[in-house]
Amino acid sequence: MNIDYSQFLNMVPEVTLTLLLVIAFIADFCSAKNTLRKWFNPLMCVLMLVHVLVNLGPTAAATTFGGMYITGPSIGVIKSILALGTLIVLIQAKEWLSREDTAFKEGEFYMLVFSTLLGMNMMVSANHFLLFFLGLEMASVPMACLVAFDKYRHNSAEAGAKFILTATFSSGVMLFGISFLYGAVGTLYFNDVAARITTSPLTIMGLVFFFSGLGFKISLVPFHFWTADSYQGAPTTVTGYLSVVSKGAAAFTLCAILMKVFAPMVEYWQYLLYIVIVLSITVANLFAIRQTDLKRFMAFSSISQAGYIMLAVVGNSAMSVTALSFYVLVYVVANMAVFSIISVVEEHNDGTVNMNSYDGFYKTNPRLAFLMTLALFSLGGIPPFAGMFSKFFVFMAAVNGADVTATNGALAYGVMFVALINTVVSLYYYLLIVKAMYIKRNDNPLPTFTSSVNTKLALALCVAGIVAFGVCSGVYEWINMASLM
Amino acid sequence: MNIPVECYLVLSSLLFFIGVFGFVTRRNLIAMLISIELVLNAADLNFAVFNRVLFPGQLEGFFFTLFSMGVAAAETAVAIAIIINVYRNFHSDQVNSIKNMKL
Repeated sequence: MNIDYSQFLNMVPEVTLTLLLVIAFIADFCSAKNTLRKWFNPLMCVLMLVHVLVNLGPTAAATTFGGMYITGPSIGVIKSILALGTLIVLIQAKEWLSREDTAFKEGEFYMLVFSTLLGMNMMVSANHFLLFFLGLEMASVPMACLVAFDKYRHNSAEAGAKFILTATFSSGVMLFGISFLYGAVGTLYFNDVAARITTSPLTIMGLVFFFSGLGFKISLVPFHFWTADSYQGAPTTVTGYLSVVSKGAAAFTLCAILMKVFAPMVEYWQYLLYIVIVLSITVANLFAIRQTDLKRFMAFSSISQAGYIMLAVVGNSAMSVTALSFYVLVYVVANMAVFSIISVVEEHNDGTVNMNSYDGFYKTNPRLAFLMTLALFSLGGIPPFAGMFSKFFVFMAAVNGADVTATNGALAYGVMFVALINTVVSLYYYLLIVKAMYIKRNDNPLPTFTSSVNTKLALALCVAGIVAFGVCSGVYEWINMASLM
Repeated sequence: MNIPVECYLVLSSLLFFIGVFGFVTRRNLIAMLISIELVLNAADLNFAVFNRVLFPGQLEGFFFTLFSMGVAAAETAVAIAIIINVYRNFHSDQVNSIKNMKL
């Protein structure tokens, strides 16, 4: 049988990522014990930048490999966003990677990151449950290695064990759900499933099991128990990667599958989402208030942000994908800014991530404190910054076309109202950190330190994003145009 | 001899719930991993049965089973490596003894 190799031209992001993976392997091999080592990180960052630029242009819609792989404008946009997030992660990883106990495995870090990103791209582009499953596993198995990367630290080992066990368990549950779907419709191609699926107890069971599998990945509330421990124990850079890129990819995929494959069962998964969103946002906010560890705090914040991301899907309209992509984009820059600062503070002060140690941070490191404030304002949704607009679009997508007089529409408005109230709660705990940095008295605050060029570059990128995405409405228009094309 | 499809489904559901129950109640990392394998096997069995009995003309379910077995093996390899690392750090593979981090 002949394979038409020109099909590969439709999967440029995957091909460039595979090349990157190979180059990372060779570069690691060649620079193991010589002076070229210090160029390793810059090389990887530049290559990642090339990958971002090559794939920045609009992607034409195409279906290849017998209908298994699909690409299109909105998929191209989310892939660019994920690649941008990974670029920021790679840039700010340098400071952590040059530590003595991680420097010798720098190469592994890049390879694992590239393979997870490749898996996420596959998952986003899947048009068949098999390719989707393989992409999901390719994203989560190397991710477990990344979480357990600091293998001599107890917390990292513990976090790795918790991550891999819950990840495999959730993928097992998800497979069980997919098997029910297969039994009900006899095919696994997304288009064919969507055409043949009808509401029956079997497909409802399939939907619930399937949802729980991806719910684990996005860490929505009934499936969130691994999040806090894994986020706290993982190296800070990896936590950042886990909380933005991995979550963004899974959220987009869940959105696409719910809206495309489960389209005939829309009222069932909408009710499911209402419950899960209200729980995620409320429970995570309540838990976030009482945290003292900054990474653990950010874990709960990211659970509640996941609830907001899923709010976009509730509306089930053309606006959903746009609002979700924009939210993920803004979330990437804001959250990566916070994690870059946590990481640099951790590296310069014997691994402290406690919230109390940030008391009086403004006195000694005014610039970092200011950037942290900007990022937290964006996460909380205070107007001039991007976070406010992303929240606005998500709310708008949630009630887009909803009829208040009908039960379903009223529920959509109710969920939006709960989410709205919760933004006030989230503002409270984001401002707790700001208060600690600016107002709280501390006799010996963290000493002044100079961060490396890499951290400054990453922070500059993030802050530029936070400000620019808020001020320029062009970005949203661009995503919107690309998604509707 | 024809075994009705319900028998297979009862078996796979039993396997699934034994796996879930084991995952929740067992306090040993390796035992938890074994429970997860039961869950995965239940799903594989479902795929094979549905393909064989309901849709005999095609091979999609069998292929899915094969792929998921391969992936499960890869997952188990990584999980075992991480569990060995946990054992080196904590000198125990009991869940109760690895709780550095708490609410």
